[in-house]
Amino acid sequence: MEQVKQIKVNAIKNGTVIDHITAGRVQKVLEIVNLDSPETVMIGMNLHSNKIGKKDIIKIENKVLSQDEVNSIALIAPKATLIIIKDFEVVSKDYLELPEKISNLIVCPNPKCITNEEIINSEFRLTEDTPPQVRCSYCEKKYPIEEVKIKK
Amino acid sequence: MKNLISMRDLSKDEILNLMDIAGKIETGKIIPDLQRKLAALLFFEPSTRTMFSFDTAMKRMNGDTIIMSGTKNTSAKKGETFADTLQTIAQYSDIIIMRSPIEGAARYASEVVDVPVVNAGDGANQHPTQALLDLYSIIKTQGTLENLKIGLAGDLRFGRTVHSLAQAMALFNVEFKFFSPSFLQMPQYIKDDLSTKNIKFEELKDIEGNIDDLDILYVTRIQKERFASPEDYEKVKGSYILNKSMLDGVKTNMKVMHPLPRVDEIATDVDDTEYAYYFPQAKNGVFTRQAIISILLGEV
Ligand SMILES: [Zn+2]
Repeated sequence: MEQVKQIKVNAIKNGTVIDHITAGRVQKVLEIVNLDSPETVMIGMNLHSNKIGKKDIIKIENKVLSQDEVNSIALIAPKATLIIIKDFEVVSKDYLELPEKISNLIVCPNPKCITNEEIINSEFRLTEDTPPQVRCSYCEKKYPIEEVKIKK
Repeated sequence: MKNLISMRDLSKDEILNLMDIAGKIETGKIIPDLQRKLAALLFFEPSTRTMFSFDTAMKRMNGDTIIMSGTKNTSAKKGETFADTLQTIAQYSDIIIMRSPIEGAARYASEVVDVPVVNAGDGANQHPTQALLDLYSIIKTQGTLENLKIGLAGDLRFGRTVHSLAQAMALFNVEFKFFSPSFLQMPQYIKDDLSTKNIKFEELKDIEGNIDDLDILYVTRIQKERFASPEDYEKVKGSYILNKSMLDGVKTNMKVMHPLPRVDEIATDVDDTEYAYYFPQAKNGVFTRQAIISILLGEV
C-alpha cells in the first residue's frame, strides 16, 4: 500500500494534490478550482482509503489554490487533505479546516433571505464543528453544511 | 451599540443597561430631548401597531418622523436598488427604523447606511424591540429577570415573539412551561439552545391547572389556518384560551402578557383582574423604544 501511495502522490512534478475527498464529490471540487491554463489534471474516484473508506483524489500540475478555493473545498470535502508538491517532493500537507467566517462562498437556502433578494455577498459563520453547521449572518438561519450550495 | 438588529448581538449587560434607561425614562429621571431629530420609519410591510409605537416614542421625546409604508420598495418600479433607496433616506434622517418581510434586510441596511438602524421586524427572523419590551415588562413587574418561572402559550412553532423571548430569557436563570398543541410545539433548535444553557422546560397540553407556580404567563394567538380542519381547531382551542376562572390560585405577582392584537385567546373577563398586563405591556413598548432610540442617537 505504501508503495502505491508514493507513486500517486509523486506523480506530478509541481502542483497540488487534494486527497481524501469524500467519494463522489470530486466533480464538485473541480467546479471550484479555477483552471485558467491547460494544466494536467488527474482524477481518481472511489479509491480505497484506510482513513475514510472510499475516497476521490485530484492532482493538478502547476497549480496553487487560492484561500477562497481552499475554503470552498473544505465545505464540500471536509475530510480532504491538501498536499503541495515541488520537484516531486511533498512540501506541505494540511488537513482542510472550515473557516470561522465564510464570505460569499455559499448560497443561503432560505428563499426569504436578503442575500437571495439583492445582489450582495453572502456571509456565514461556522456554529458547530461536528457535524458542521453554518449560520447565515443575514437571515440568521442555521444549516447543516450538506444543505448549502456553493456559489458559482 | 451602533444599531439594533438582532437579540443575538446584545450582551446581558447591554440588555440590563437598556432596561435601566427605559425605567429612568418612564419615571422621568431621564428626559431625552430629540428636538430636530428625524426618524425615518420604513415599513415595507404593514404593522400599524409597531409603527405607532415608534412614532409615539419619537414624538414623546420632541423628535419627529418621516414615514414610508406599504410596498416592498417604493422605488422598485423605477429600478432603483434597495441600497440606493436606503442611502437616499439616510440623507434625510438621523435614524432608520425598518420593517421588512425580507429576512436580514435590517442587517443589510445597517451595512449600507451611516445612520443607526433599528430592526422593527424582518420576516420570521428577528423583532428585537418586541423582545426588549417584553423583558422590560417582566423586570418591571417582577423586579428581576432571574429565577423566574415563565409560561409560553399558543403557537410556539411559528411565533417569532415567543422564540425571541425564550432565547432572550435564556441569558438569565429561568424555567419555562410551554403550552401548545403537539404540532405547534417549540422548535427543536430552540429547545436544543435551552438545553445547552441548562435551562429547564416542560411541554404541556393544557393551560388550566398548570399555571399556579408561574410568575409570567405569555399568551399568543393560534391561527385557525394552522389546523388541518376547523373541527381540529375547535377540539383543542379551549386548552389555550385563558379565562378568569383559571386564574384562581395563581401567584399574586403573576402577570398575563400578550403581544397584541388579541383575538379570543384571552377572555375579556381577565382584563379587569390584577393579573392582566397586556395593555401596560404595550405602553412599556414606548418607553423601551425611547430608550433604544436615545441610546443609538447618543442622547443618554
Ligand atoms: Zn440567509
